[in-house]
Amino acid sequence: MKFAYFPGCSLKGLGRAYEESLLPVMRHLGLELEELDDWNCCGATAYMAVDEAKACVLAARNLALAERSGRDQLLAPCAACYLVLNKTKHYFHDYPAMKATIDRALAAVDLAYAGDTAVRHPLDVLVNDVGLDAIRQKVVRPLRGLKVATYYGCQLVRPYATFDDPYNPVTMDRLVEALGATVVRYPLKTKCCGGSLTGTVPEAGIRMVYILLNEARKRGADCLATVCPLCQFNLDAYHAQVRSEYGDVIVPTVYFTQLMGLAFGLPEKQLGLHRAAVPLRWRPPVPEVAHA
Amino acid sequence: MNAPAQPPAAPPWTPRIVAFFCNWCTYTAADLAGVSRLKYAPNVRVIRLMCSGRVDPQFILEALRRGADGVLIGGCHPGDCHYVEGNYKMLRRFGLLQRMLADLGIPPARVRLEWISAAEGERVKAVINDMTRQLQALGPLDLPGKFADWDAEIADLAATLQTESAKEPEATHTWEPPKVLVQPQ
Amino acid sequence: MVSLKPEIRIGFYVCHCGHNIASMVDCADVAAYVGQLPGVVLARDYKYMCSDPGQELIQKDIAEFGLNRVVVASCSPLLHEHTFRAAVAAGGLNPFLFHMVNIREHASWVHTDRAAATAKAKVLARAAIRRAALARELPQRQIPINPGVLVVGGGIAGIHAALTLAEAGKHVWLIEREASIGGHMAKFDKTFPTLDCAACILTPKMSAVGAHPNITLWSHSDVVQVDGYVGNYTVKVRRRPRYVNEELCTGCQECIGNCIYKEPKFPDEFNEGLGKRKPIHIPFPQATPQVVLIDPQVCLNFKRGVLTDRCKKTCVEACGDRKAIDFTQKEETKEIQVGAIIVATGFKPFDVRRVPQYGYGTYPNVYTALEVERLVNASGPTAGEIVLRDGRRPSAIAIIHCVGSRDKKTNRWCSRVCCMYSMKLAHLLKEHSGAELYNFYIDIRAPGKGYEEFYDKLNEEGVHFIRGRVGEVTDWAMIPEEEGKLVIRVEDTLAGVVRRIPVDMVVLATGLEPHADAQAVRRLFNMSCGTEGFFLERHPKLAPVSTFTDGVYIAGCCQGPRDIPDTVAQAGAAAAEALALIDRGHILQEPNTAHVLADCSGCKSCLPLCPYTAIGFDEATHQAVINEALCKGCGTCVAACPSGSIGQHLFEDDEVFSEIEGLLTADPEPTPALAATP
Repeated sequence: MKFAYFPGCSLKGLGRAYEESLLPVMRHLGLELEELDDWNCCGATAYMAVDEAKACVLAARNLALAERSGRDQLLAPCAACYLVLNKTKHYFHDYPAMKATIDRALAAVDLAYAGDTAVRHPLDVLVNDVGLDAIRQKVVRPLRGLKVATYYGCQLVRPYATFDDPYNPVTMDRLVEALGATVVRYPLKTKCCGGSLTGTVPEAGIRMVYILLNEARKRGADCLATVCPLCQFNLDAYHAQVRSEYGDVIVPTVYFTQLMGLAFGLPEKQLGLHRAAVPLRWRPPVPEVAHA
Repeated sequence: MNAPAQPPAAPPWTPRIVAFFCNWCTYTAADLAGVSRLKYAPNVRVIRLMCSGRVDPQFILEALRRGADGVLIGGCHPGDCHYVEGNYKMLRRFGLLQRMLADLGIPPARVRLEWISAAEGERVKAVINDMTRQLQALGPLDLPGKFADWDAEIADLAATLQTESAKEPEATHTWEPPKVLVQPQ
Repeated sequence: MVSLKPEIRIGFYVCHCGHNIASMVDCADVAAYVGQLPGVVLARDYKYMCSDPGQELIQKDIAEFGLNRVVVASCSPLLHEHTFRAAVAAGGLNPFLFHMVNIREHASWVHTDRAAATAKAKVLARAAIRRAALARELPQRQIPINPGVLVVGGGIAGIHAALTLAEAGKHVWLIEREASIGGHMAKFDKTFPTLDCAACILTPKMSAVGAHPNITLWSHSDVVQVDGYVGNYTVKVRRRPRYVNEELCTGCQECIGNCIYKEPKFPDEFNEGLGKRKPIHIPFPQATPQVVLIDPQVCLNFKRGVLTDRCKKTCVEACGDRKAIDFTQKEETKEIQVGAIIVATGFKPFDVRRVPQYGYGTYPNVYTALEVERLVNASGPTAGEIVLRDGRRPSAIAIIHCVGSRDKKTNRWCSRVCCMYSMKLAHLLKEHSGAELYNFYIDIRAPGKGYEEFYDKLNEEGVHFIRGRVGEVTDWAMIPEEEGKLVIRVEDTLAGVVRRIPVDMVVLATGLEPHADAQAVRRLFNMSCGTEGFFLERHPKLAPVSTFTDGVYIAGCCQGPRDIPDTVAQAGAAAAEALALIDRGHILQEPNTAHVLADCSGCKSCLPLCPYTAIGFDEATHQAVINEALCKGCGTCVAACPSGSIGQHLFEDDEVFSEIEGLLTADPEPTPALAATP
């Protein structure tokens, strides 16, 4: 399977560990990712709030590039990119005025978008296209004993994803279980991570981070697994602030692709685990070699 | 014959669509659209038949010949036919007819088969509006007009041949510049 | 006027239908236009053609003007064709010399431009006039009606309909899918708003059904095939084996006590899985028929449904010389003949797992309303004590309204009964447990006799009502008081705040849905469904229990959510409609059958097309022969005949062609070829 790949800004910056772990895992499963040539900002977050039309035009340019690349599926690992690209696609189909704006803007740079590219998240592709059986076959170091709170955040399944339930997503749960880990029941799996609040209204943002970390700890999780670079950053980077406000609550947050890499036995250096402020120290037990 | 009265300024052209609706599903759905006061284009004229299986392809051709710009056939959804399988019979005929229409140069969008259940008043509205829009874009089919043109052309041709053969009984192999044909009296 | 021989004399009437037609179609203009068409002797517009004076007008005109064709432009023929045919017949004409034009449902109600609607009405009328000129006299055929009635579904609707018909002396077959009749009502504890005990008012009716000489009750059975037509249906019923002979079982239940399983072990369907039963069981004490049954999936003598003879068969010993237990019982298919059918198949409660945010299946103390009906019931699994799945007794209980109702993501409709049963359960739960009760609602809908008063009473009892659709039920505790509780997170839309309310028990007021197999049932009886899947009545106001198939009636929640009083009223109405049909003794059959013309070449193309095998082949004449008694009048063979040698009464080729021509002729030109067919 070949996909056009849209990394977005995070995966080249703060979320490098996501890309670092994603690429070898996908390669290991025989999936080819072809990074879009000359991609630009997806149009997420502040841009969308300031000028929706311009944000959609930005996203549409990426969709048009994907279409031109000849791939009919575009992989967007960052939950924010995934949301905006999907949103733009919906707007393009549902609102003629927005379509006209997009068409006009793209025409100015000799691009066109027909509206067919499927925007996919790696989680969806891994579980629904590759399949859990194929993934299980690649597991050489099962994550036996690791208790994981799966955390999806707000953007992945709401409102455009069709591959999971918006209130109670379970795709990552099934994936993590296939890796041999134990999933703890975590009722906050789609709550806000604090998002941009940590930068604008820090006391509200930090409180949200605390609630998420504290609930994961109370439920005995060794780590939180996430699908979004912003969630990972928020839950990882503010441990100090949480400590000064509420006391120590230390729970590492990893990308689900890092857990896959560990289970597949990929070299640790490839997985970017060391980049976290509070890195996951736990390692899967080395399987005993049967004596001849 | 009286001299024809001066025709009033012709209203803008809109398509005329003849519809054959089955009594049990689509005709009832059209009634439901009415009861629900849904609003749709006034371009469709419905003929009620008991089943879409009763739609003789000749009905469709006759409607087109008489000047319909499109024909819509409505039946029950597959598996729901009041008469078990009349709609399947229509479906099979429809495939054959579409091929024939294509050969006649009639675009397939002009003859449409739709499954509309008795509960789908909304769908009656949607299909009629959609088809009206499509035909409006395609423009008039005007088979009666075309027949008249063709008839005139053939009459013309026949007359010309008659004159030509009278003048030149034998074919020549030398090239001559085309001449202006003179209509016979 | 062109002279026609024999002269066609058409009377044309356009109906105003009050303002329904006249507001969008210029009726006088239509009449004036049609009046100058060939063959039209008179054209009138009139306020209400279907009224008595309207019908008398037609009759008078037939006599006075010697009309021999009548065309009425008004509403849908599906509504009033019968009416006008009868009027024409009363005027001395053959009723099939009448034709109807639909300018209400198909013109005035669906268009917004008066000129366009009027023009369309004229064109439709013109086509009808041309077609009417070709109409033939046809004989009216009478077919006797079988007086038996099939009632499908033994809930309160089916029970009431069956008893009404049986009391009127008709024979009724009552078919129930479950082992006992009673339906959902049998599971309820009390009924709102009077709080009378459901079992106390239902079980006498159930035993009356069981004992009535005019009712054949087949439970544990399914209707598998329906053939025929109004007045003469042939129905095949599959009787699934209960492994107990119904004739021999006395209902003593000694077998149950002596089952090899000393304790009940398997989830009890009647108690919504909250209680246990044995492999040999009776659904509930008042079950009708009072006959036990064996569940072959769990009985030791079977292995997942297959007979193995492994058990000691202590039940057989206990039954003794009654010899009612029969492990070899096989499925049987019975065939019955009836004249009318009442479908009362009920509803399915909404599957609450479709709203995962309410935690059913995740948190043990989240219940469906039907489970709570059993929980508060004195004969239920806890004898009416409110003991939770984890053994605790609740001190605070939340009832969430509109679960699976009024929600674009699940079902859009209001399920009509949930507000009232939620209040009833709130009252009962408070009475049984003394807990604090919180109702979370969108709107309180209490539009029945004594319903609003019941709401007032609940308010006075101190039950809390919080207006807002609950966001989620969670065990995520933010403060120590919430630890170990279920927390309701909701926006209180009256106070304008988001609340967190800790409770011990959550009741989901599940909405009502069509059965999962409603589509299959609909096909079986040739009915229609609305988009949501409930069976469609013939007319939402004027034919609420009839369907589009003559002789098939609907009652109860299979047609849409409703409470017990409405269900019983509707069941009575369906029984009355069925009675009116069968007491007539005969039906008039629409003479729209196909017939073979003299020039049939005997190609046999039509033979395999007929789904009713009505077409035979006469080897002597080498021509196809149509059995008009079997022909249902679809016309498929007519359209398919390569030589045009099959006709269809009421839908002859020349009639349809003339209608097409009438629809498309540009100007109203006289047509000299117009002549009546003998």
